Amino acid sequence: MAKYLLLKHYRGAPAPVNDVPMDRWSPEEITAHMRYMSDFADRLKETGEFVDAQALAPEGTFVRYDGEGRPPVTDGPFAETKDLIAGWMVIDVDSHERAVELAGELSAAPGAGGRPIHEWLEVRPFLTETPTVTE
Amino acid sequence: MDEVLLRSLTPSVLGVLCRRGADFAAAEDAVQDALVEALRVWPADPPRDPKGWLVTVAWRRFLDATRSDAARRRREDRAEEEPAPGPVPAADDTLRLYFLCAHPSLSPSSAVALTLRAVGGLTTRQIARAYLVPEATMAQRISRAKRTVAGVRLDRPGDVATVLRVLYLVFNEGYSGDVDLAAEAVRLTRQLAGAIDHPEVAGLLALMLLHHARRAARTTADGRLVPLAEQDRTRWDTALIAEGIGILQAALARDRLGEFQAQAAIAALNADAPTAEETDWPQIVEWYDELWRLTGSPVVRLNRAVAVGEADGPRAGLAALAELDSALPRYAAVAAYLHERDGALETAARLYAEAAGRASNLAERDHLTRRAARLNARLRR
Repeated sequence: MAKYLLLKHYRGAPAPVNDVPMDRWSPEEITAHMRYMSDFADRLKETGEFVDAQALAPEGTFVRYDGEGRPPVTDGPFAETKDLIAGWMVIDVDSHERAVELAGELSAAPGAGGRPIHEWLEVRPFLTETPTVTE
Repeated sequence: MDEVLLRSLTPSVLGVLCRRGADFAAAEDAVQDALVEALRVWPADPPRDPKGWLVTVAWRRFLDATRSDAARRRREDRAEEEPAPGPVPAADDTLRLYFLCAHPSLSPSSAVALTLRAVGGLTTRQIARAYLVPEATMAQRISRAKRTVAGVRLDRPGDVATVLRVLYLVFNEGYSGDVDLAAEAVRLTRQLAGAIDHPEVAGLLALMLLHHARRAARTTADGRLVPLAEQDRTRWDTALIAEGIGILQAALARDRLGEFQAQAAIAALNADAPTAEETDWPQIVEWYDELWRLTGSPVVRLNRAVAVGEADGPRAGLAALAELDSALPRYAAVAAYLHERDGALETAARLYAEAAGRASNLAERDHLTRRAARLNARLRR
């Protein structure tokens, strides 16, 4: 088993196919979307592949060490240029193929008009496994 | 074996040891040992005075530990005395513990964790689960807090206001897993109200009961927020509301108004209305004025603008809002609501979407997004 991080972006990922901001959906479409996501997580809990899922606020701050005795630097007027993570789900699956398959399914969550959003999700493996020695 | 009894005795036993001069961390260890001993011995041989028994055993453990610790130093040899078993006065010592746990040298989150541990008698695991952090992290946080207050001598009475703030923090943390922090905060505040006679303690207890009474109606089964006006009032706990109002009235009658009593008065006016339309908004506005006088908090003025909007119409509410700083948290949400009631749907939809982007939790963000979506759908038709 290996852990993968599925990242959902506010900004930084290519635009989804069904690109309508959420406040333009109908309340029923929002409910359907939420239900899809939570059903998806429930299903992974049953298969033992779910680890964690969290949502993040849209605003974040870049911070950098600025030398001894000085306060850290935070980003200023260029916040709009950075990539922003909206949330994540961590899964623990048998293979990279399975991780990609699940991310594909999650990306098909319904959006405006009940059609899949086709949102781009980033799939990143965790660097946790020690390589297996096979001689 | 009565675990509820054990849990309720823990803080006062700990309080006795602290009053006798035991350092907080050592006292806590000794009390834990005594609890383990009680679990072993009591089923076969129940004590006549459970608290006296616990105090005796814990004090003996504490002396043993101190003695073995200091065995090399002869002067410790005199520490032989043992307490006589028997009834021990309770309130005073528990109170001391409340003050210690809310000591100003602790950060709010440490004070909360320590209060749940020492006064509430929760296990580290339970507290960790409630805060969704690993048990080891919470254990560290608690032992750091204990080290911080280790040298504190409580020779002067502590500040009740700080204790109340900590308890209100616990109440507002919500709950997850096996510990309901809101219920726990109510229990601790009840205990405190039994220990000291203070109108603001009564005010906080009333406020918690009135909020707690509406809890079942506040969210749907799938976790969606239900605004006050749309809540199913038959799901409110009328017994809790009546209790809260009774406690509040007794506190108000003493004419020492404080912010918790004022907040409870507002909650009581909301809880007392048979329907949203019958709410006494003019009186709520007056209470917000009192609250503003007591606290000077800009958040109070924001809430007051909502109440003004209900009492005198959305235009009056927007006028009240115009005097405030638009950088206040939830400013956009309040503005959206007032514009919606005023019929400016497009402005309202834009503001709801903006407020959703600034929301501090998921339930609130989803609620605001839905509001924006509902208005946008209406506008398209």
